[in-house]
Amino acid sequence: MTSEPSAESAGQREYGRRRSLGSIKLSNATFYACLSIIGGTYVLLIIAMLLADATYMVDQTFKSAAKSPTPWQTALSENPIATAFADPKIRYSIWLSLVSCTLAAVISLIVAVPMGYLLSRHQFPGKRLLDAVLDIPIVLPPLVVGLSLLILFQFPPFAWFARSIVYQVPAVVIAQFSVACAFAVRTMKSTFDHIDPRCEKVAVTLGCSRAQAFGRVVLPEASRGMMTAFTLAWARALGEFGPLLIFAGATRMKTEVLSTSVFLEMNVGNIEGAVAVSLIMVAAAILVLIVTRVWGVRDVTL
Amino acid sequence: MIKVENISIRAGEFALDDISLRVPAGKYGVLMGKTGSGKTTILESILGLRSVTSGRIRLADEDVTHLNPAVRGIGYVPQDGALFSRMSVRDHLAFALHIRHVDRKTTEERVRELADMLHITPLLERTPLGLSGGERQRVALGRALSFRPRVLCLDEPLSALDTDTRVQMCELLNDVRRLTGVTTLHVTHNLDEAERLADCLFRLTDGKIETKTNP
Repeated sequence: MTSEPSAESAGQREYGRRRSLGSIKLSNATFYACLSIIGGTYVLLIIAMLLADATYMVDQTFKSAAKSPTPWQTALSENPIATAFADPKIRYSIWLSLVSCTLAAVISLIVAVPMGYLLSRHQFPGKRLLDAVLDIPIVLPPLVVGLSLLILFQFPPFAWFARSIVYQVPAVVIAQFSVACAFAVRTMKSTFDHIDPRCEKVAVTLGCSRAQAFGRVVLPEASRGMMTAFTLAWARALGEFGPLLIFAGATRMKTEVLSTSVFLEMNVGNIEGAVAVSLIMVAAAILVLIVTRVWGVRDVTL
Repeated sequence: MIKVENISIRAGEFALDDISLRVPAGKYGVLMGKTGSGKTTILESILGLRSVTSGRIRLADEDVTHLNPAVRGIGYVPQDGALFSRMSVRDHLAFALHIRHVDRKTTEERVRELADMLHITPLLERTPLGLSGGERQRVALGRALSFRPRVLCLDEPLSALDTDTRVQMCELLNDVRRLTGVTTLHVTHNLDEAERLADCLFRLTDGKIETKTNP
């Protein structure tokens, strides 16, 4: 007990009026309701889009199956997805997509790791400019990226290789890489930003060279970020379309990837085919998401 | 011996001039000062993580002023430990020895010896995730001492710990000094820590160092 006058004993009055409990509760409830509704609308849109694709597919399958004498067999063997898989053009496009996206993602990661590390840890003249340059592929309209690549290959030394690259398979990988890499660099920079630089300082005082500190301490810490960067680059490459159309063309059995297939099927009025290929891409995207999440969870509980 | 002679350090807007201090061989020096006074900056200069613009730094009569931090041979315990999240406690203790190509048998012995001294033997197979504050600091201390440095630098090693753990850690640090005879510079803003540990006390105020031996 102190003898000094307290606010209670001095009979001080609080300024103003306290809000009633009811009005605070109502206000809080309204606040969270608004947050949920606004956020939920977007989630619903995403799910509804995927559901619509699936429903359309099932609908078409049943329509064609109903006309056939053996409906179940027809539904299994002649639904649009099975038809798409049976088409050698689509099979090639799936194969090329898998290979080119993986290649583009691997190259992106190889570039993104050192670049992200430099940007995260070191100050050098022109760093702000470099940072801005790295945003160009992200903000540039995709078609412009493709056109710029095409024009670039008019000039030496690029022009010397133009015959074996432009409108050929390598162009697919280059177009995918040129956009996907920017995302991988951003991811790796933020990964390294979140790793305590004192870890490297300690490693250096223990006798490590810069490269040893990077390889033995920083890279293992960054493995999860590298996985994220790879996945992001892969997904980005899978969805790439604009630059591909201009720089690699849309030649069947040659430079056709899944996004090109959707476009080509739509062009010939085969909406079922386009939706079927889209669903294959949705499945691939979901698979990538699951793989990353599973890998990530195991990582956290380590 | 740690001997800092009239060093000047520039770090952006921040500057320290004419800083001198001397910790005799085998003694425990404590550098005190307010947050932002530049204690860590001085420690980083001794470690070689920050370059000095003038003056000299000597460790056991060797001039290390411009020497690469990797070859100074100083054990470093940073604030909060900065443990390597992907390595087990055993790997932490063996890390410097691997880098220095120490053979497997000696490494294993050294790890056992350190774990024994710091009471972390039951933790050897665990990763830093889930270690308590005191345990983390003991691992960080073991990692710093692993290669038998002549000099140990501690940057607020106990600041994140509760009072009881801090008292225990002070006793442990006293044991470590007795067992290893390592010359230590310990940076802190906690007077209690300083009184428990210091052979020589340095107080950094307004960019000037005041020395009190045997407080």
